[in-house]
Amino acid sequence: MKRLACLSLLYALSCNLPAATLAVEVEIPQIDVAEYHRPYVAVWIEREDGAVAANLAVWYQQARGQKRPQKAGGGTGSSGGPGQGSGGGGEKGSTWLPDLRQWWRRSGRTLRLPVDGVTGATRPVGLHTLEFSDAQAPLKDLAAGHYRLVVEAVREVGGRELARLAFDWPPQATIESSAHGQAELGRIALRLTP
Amino acid sequence: MKICLESLALAALLALAPAAQAHKAWLLPSATVLSGDQPWVTVDAAVSNDLFYFNHVPLRTENLHITAPDGSAATPQNLHTGKYRSVFDLQLQQGGTYRIAVTSAGLMARWEERGEPRGWRGSAENFVREVPQDAEKLQVTQASNRIETFVTNGAPSEGALKPTGVGLELIAATHPNDLYAGETAKFRMTMDGKPAAGVRVEAIAGGTRYRDALQEIVATTDEQGNFSLSWPASGMYWLQAVVQDDQASPPATSRRAAYVATLEVLPQ
Repeated sequence: MKRLACLSLLYALSCNLPAATLAVEVEIPQIDVAEYHRPYVAVWIEREDGAVAANLAVWYQQARGQKRPQKAGGGTGSSGGPGQGSGGGGEKGSTWLPDLRQWWRRSGRTLRLPVDGVTGATRPVGLHTLEFSDAQAPLKDLAAGHYRLVVEAVREVGGRELARLAFDWPPQATIESSAHGQAELGRIALRLTP
Repeated sequence: MKICLESLALAALLALAPAAQAHKAWLLPSATVLSGDQPWVTVDAAVSNDLFYFNHVPLRTENLHITAPDGSAATPQNLHTGKYRSVFDLQLQQGGTYRIAVTSAGLMARWEERGEPRGWRGSAENFVREVPQDAEKLQVTQASNRIETFVTNGAPSEGALKPTGVGLELIAATHPNDLYAGETAKFRMTMDGKPAAGVRVEAIAGGTRYRDALQEIVATTDEQGNFSLSWPASGMYWLQAVVQDDQASPPATSRRAAYVATLEVLPQ
């Protein structure tokens, strides 16, 4: 009886479901510049031919206030901060999405934004962890094969960087790999569990 | 009556023999890959020696035609022609690819009157009225020019890229707003809608002021008019092709067609 209770508890926690998981850790580095804006970041899985198999996350400037003045270039008011007013401004932050140029080419330009569970606000400096399970989209429909995790970051009035980590799906054992960006990305880590 | 005004700049371009060091005419958009809610681009239009600097004359915009993704005509705004360049803005109200083109087509005539050289440019309709048909050493050239560029809001589309069947045109198997350094783009040239074979096509990256050699990339079209270009680096490229032959329709005895495109090649 005790064992059964334990099992059902485990079941409730999804601990013993036969679900493969994919965890991504993205470090947004501290950058010492006069004008800092949080980077736009895209995290996706690409096939060997470069086609996008799944979008995992896209962080970009969300709608700003309607009355934001039109400024040429970066300007001091352009950091604005997300969520100022409700505004009718729509997806104004999407103006700069093509700067995530690889992601834009491979996926962004054909997407209708925002995408539930994928797009969200920019994130601050630090470690950000994303976890996905094959029980749910977007991994649910991921066919077995060779893939690459791609993380692309671009910062307003700053630089751009892209990092890739190759992996096979589904994982046969727990696998960890990592890369380290040079400028706009810190540590990128991938952990796969069968 | 389709076109009776030749722009001065185009006329200058037309008048130059192909072997001569022709000035370069171009349209330069502020961006070719855009996103968001009805974004704007601004476009410079000039004829210059160097790419892409304003150092000769503005490109006249009387024959500016902007085609929206759905094939309709889009209207430029804030049009201005200065000493060295023309400028206009365009709001991309639709998603997809816009084609921005300055075109011209007409006749050029040269003849002699009492030993003095004379010249004329205009439409076929006006030719009969304005040029003495029995002039000495009358030579009539059928001329057409297309100077264009492309900008895309969101995903690239094909609607605005339909060929017109007039003059020298680029048929883009690789979309003109989907060009990347290190990749090879496939194009085709057509002349009056038919494959243009054996045409020399050259592409030159901008920033010529800061290097010694033009570093042209050159290709020649095959029997079907096909050619490909491998982009060594990202940047704005000026692509030009010229056809000159005697397959003209009367009263012209020769024809000359030029095609220019400004293409942005993006980094990977």
